[in-house]
Amino acid sequence: MRLYEIEIESRLLLGTSQYPSPAILADAVRASAAGIVTVSLRREAARLREGQDFWRLIRELGVRVLPNTAGCHSVKEAMTTAEMAREIFDTAWIKLEVIGEADTLQPDVFGLVEAARNLSADGFEVFPYMTEDLVVAEKLVEAGCRVLMPWGAPIGSGRGLNNVFGLRALRAHFPEIPLIVDAGIGLPSHAAAAMELGYDAVLLNTAVAKAGDPAAMARAMAQAIEAGRTAYLAGPMEPRDMAAPSTPVLGKAHLS
Amino acid sequence: MRITVNGEAKEIAAANLAEALAALDYADAIVATALNGEFVPARKREAAGLKEGDRLEIVAPRQGG
Repeated sequence: MRLYEIEIESRLLLGTSQYPSPAILADAVRASAAGIVTVSLRREAARLREGQDFWRLIRELGVRVLPNTAGCHSVKEAMTTAEMAREIFDTAWIKLEVIGEADTLQPDVFGLVEAARNLSADGFEVFPYMTEDLVVAEKLVEAGCRVLMPWGAPIGSGRGLNNVFGLRALRAHFPEIPLIVDAGIGLPSHAAAAMELGYDAVLLNTAVAKAGDPAAMARAMAQAIEAGRTAYLAGPMEPRDMAAPSTPVLGKAHLS
Repeated sequence: MRITVNGEAKEIAAANLAEALAALDYADAIVATALNGEFVPARKREAAGLKEGDRLEIVAPRQGG
């Protein structure tokens, strides 16, 4: 898959938050075989220097990073965070979050489009965290986004794909743009379902970090994503309402 | 001079942002900075003068989803 001219082998993007320990995080990243992990920026205390240790760990893993603007509720905050991220992580990539509602962590799509336009004009390569709204997607593409990341369900909810119809419509409408389901994945079956719809990749965090065995769940997610991708390329059958015998009717012995 | 650093009031003797980072023990740390809500690139820290009441944010890489 190509994201902003970069060829990425794995279709799993993994978040780095909420793991029981740095060692378990590292195990999970390795087990997932993810090529991209998401990271953030937070206040650094001079004495504790937590960020320095974390950054050393990530660099040792040899993965590409996608910094986010998590927690930003305004265009201004998101843009300043993006600028700081570009300097620290030395990448033009930014997972753009402009949060509009505290309970659902739903994106403020108006602020998102505005920030995406400004950042794209400033040379950023924006990965917008968005709802599955088709019109918002069009505005984001107009604004310069060449990747779209609709949510499956609210962040951390683990509910899977809340609006399969909307996600399918988005895929049909943007056949050439890489589409990544970001947020809401709870199980490997959810991730596989996203891939079966023809999505290019899945970004998830909590489902792995909060699993009893994060490394094992990371592996399961990677397998599900690969299976879903293969199934999509194989061309799934059309579902039907009534049964259709799979064993030939012709030639059945008359035994009554 | 009194400024706010990451939300905490600090008394500091520094003419600019680069001096402030050294005085606050961040000199060798990988951090990014914003002054009064505006990003200040590392190369402009020496040129960024400080004044009473300024709000300085100092951030570093951290776990994210």
